Amino acid sequence: MCIRSAVESRKIAVSRISKDDRRLQLQREAEGDHLYANRIRVYPKTVHGAVRRTKWIILILCLTIYYLLPWLRWHRGPGQPTQAVLLDIWNERFYFFSLELWPQDIWLLAGALIMAAVALFLVTSLFGRLWCGYTCPQTVWTDLFMWVERWVEGDRNERMQRDAEPLNSDTIWKKFLKHSIWLAIAFWTGGAWIMYYVDAPTVTIEFWTGQASNQVYFFTGLFTVTTYALAGWAREQVCTYMCPWPRFQSAMLDDQSFTVTYQGWRGEPRARGKRVEGAPPAGDCIDCGACVTACPTGIDIRDGIQMECINCGLCIDACNHVMERTHRDKWLITWDTLARQAAKQQGRHDAIKIFRPRTIVYLSVLLVAMTGLTVALVTRSTLGLSVQRDRAPVFVPLADGSLRNGYTMKIANKTQLRAAFDLSIDGLPGAMLAVAEGDPKPEPVLRMLSASDEVDTFRVLVTARPTALADGSQPVDFVLRDTATGTRTVYHSTFMGPSGYASGSP
Amino acid sequence: MPTKVEKDAISGQDTTGHEWDGLKELNTPTPKWWLYMFYACIAFAIGMFVLYPSIPYGTGYWHGLLGYSSRANADADVAKIVAVRKGSMDRIAALSFDQIKADPALLEVALTSGRITFAEDCQPCHGAGGGGNPGYPALAAGAWLWGGTLGDIQQTVTHGIRSADPDARQSAMPHFGADGILKPAEIQAVADYVWATFYGHPTSGQDLSAGAKIFADNCVACHGDHGQGTREMGAPRLASHVHLYGNTEGTIVNQVALPRQGVMPNWGARLDPATIKAVTLYVHSLGGGE
Repeated sequence: MCIRSAVESRKIAVSRISKDDRRLQLQREAEGDHLYANRIRVYPKTVHGAVRRTKWIILILCLTIYYLLPWLRWHRGPGQPTQAVLLDIWNERFYFFSLELWPQDIWLLAGALIMAAVALFLVTSLFGRLWCGYTCPQTVWTDLFMWVERWVEGDRNERMQRDAEPLNSDTIWKKFLKHSIWLAIAFWTGGAWIMYYVDAPTVTIEFWTGQASNQVYFFTGLFTVTTYALAGWAREQVCTYMCPWPRFQSAMLDDQSFTVTYQGWRGEPRARGKRVEGAPPAGDCIDCGACVTACPTGIDIRDGIQMECINCGLCIDACNHVMERTHRDKWLITWDTLARQAAKQQGRHDAIKIFRPRTIVYLSVLLVAMTGLTVALVTRSTLGLSVQRDRAPVFVPLADGSLRNGYTMKIANKTQLRAAFDLSIDGLPGAMLAVAEGDPKPEPVLRMLSASDEVDTFRVLVTARPTALADGSQPVDFVLRDTATGTRTVYHSTFMGPSGYASGSP
Repeated sequence: MPTKVEKDAISGQDTTGHEWDGLKELNTPTPKWWLYMFYACIAFAIGMFVLYPSIPYGTGYWHGLLGYSSRANADADVAKIVAVRKGSMDRIAALSFDQIKADPALLEVALTSGRITFAEDCQPCHGAGGGGNPGYPALAAGAWLWGGTLGDIQQTVTHGIRSADPDARQSAMPHFGADGILKPAEIQAVADYVWATFYGHPTSGQDLSAGAKIFADNCVACHGDHGQGTREMGAPRLASHVHLYGNTEGTIVNQVALPRQGVMPNWGARLDPATIKAVTLYVHSLGGGE
């Protein structure tokens, strides 16, 4: 039987033959593989209701964004990519609408990920596994694939019957159709993934004319296969066996978190059939199993909160429907907290506690991260200067008794404009600067040109007669001034020479 | 092997039958498909063993059906990169230094190639970045014995100094002490004069007239009356803060008595002209170029 979860069916199996442990043992040994469980296929039944509608809306929203976002255009100026969201790995740029990030800004991504993680913690501690049940790609695509399956093969009973029967032409045709649609969706998914990394219209043309790179074909194929396998075949196995999140999300939950909850105090003792006078007292649960058959992970919510539950709430819709038909109050299965359920069992109504140490900590961290990230993003410099002193030779004594140090200088111009900079050095009077390559012409202030949207590397030679070379080195500041805007960028460095150096006598 | 599979009283789950000091293990079965993936991995591993080099046997090893070899791949990669560079290196060989410098992309190739050649062939003596070592000129300092223009450097690198090459640069400081041209006291006197006058270490009350006369008689012809040196002869500039063999008066005495005369190999015999041009451009860019 497939109505019940794996654990449940094992329990039944055990209780049925527990009288004869020896026989059970022999049987298991004969099977020889009781350390490995056969997968029990889940055939979720269609439900209708508010939760299901919400899930459809979220699904459509998520998939629309995913499939169409790469096609959104954004004007950035001549020679620039026109895709609104583009992670251009080859040219090391990330474009997000008007934002352009460089590899040097990778810490912003780290900040965004920290923010997303804390937001997930906060939502989980407040409302349980909303992520798992509604927005996780595994859930969204599985839902989509199940919808296709239902449309082609029919609802739960029809599918179970079909799988139990020997193959016939109708089954073969329907299975073929189902897998074809699945593969088509998977292919579209894999193709859309690629479009976040390369220009969408270009890669589409290249793909179909055979001109796209091997990577494009490989990754499209890879994501086609993974989407098909994970959403079509693996499904709830991903959540129960592969995903680490169900394991550690329990650390975010407490007895004040809202989760999908069977109100046992109201439903138990469960009993089938009509409630008649004189019969033993029975709760609202009529033990119809609607919540179990609706469950996409094949569990029984009435066993309480459990690792396999993705908190999607489809059992709520299923149960509400039954409660309506049997003229009982709806929401026998509902969203509630463990604490409130315990209180209700004793006839009390507890207030919802949103603010508790855990949520306050998560919220504060989230706000700090958001503020920090916003400030960082707004004040992000479009000019980067880094200077690295030559290590070999550390310094060069020159024929006239002066000293020379070499520096490798990188100027990152993150704007779309060519820029001219004046480079000078502070703290080293009389220092002359020259760019090593080409024909060095020493000057006190160097005029440097940098191309737009690029990092330019210069090797700069600094010649001077330092007066404060106490321990063989002295601090100096490189000052880069944008000639157009007057903005100054300063980089602290050192100038080195032989210790005890006195100007003029080596 | 499991001894006795039984039902756990609390959880209702089966045990594996394993028991250690009274602790029984609950059986939480892994899914079958997981097991099959494990088998698939084993099959994959066997496939790799058959297709790729794997099992060593004594003097040889199993080469694999695909004939894969990382050495052959490396050789192919090297051949590929040489072919890629060939165009640039041919252009470097054909063009003049000025033409190369006018093409930033080509100049970058030349400087990179030169840097690598320098690290392999020049750095052991001349030091990283041309910082120099005692007895080996500091190329970055600009204290050239034979000139620091691109042409001069190319000439020196190609033919060497006192090397076997017939066009090698030749200079011979006489062995004033060893050959008995000057007496030890005269050598000391001229060293005192050079140390005080050109190296900038005068001692008050010292009489340098004897040394000055010896210098005028023996040294001026090559080193110049102001110690400025003569590049045509490779005679070093004495009025400088950078000296090949050291900055002490003792080294002056030694160089007058029995001069050391270092040798620079003629790299033309070992490197192709394009590589020499590249390394010339690199040396010139170290800061001493003229």
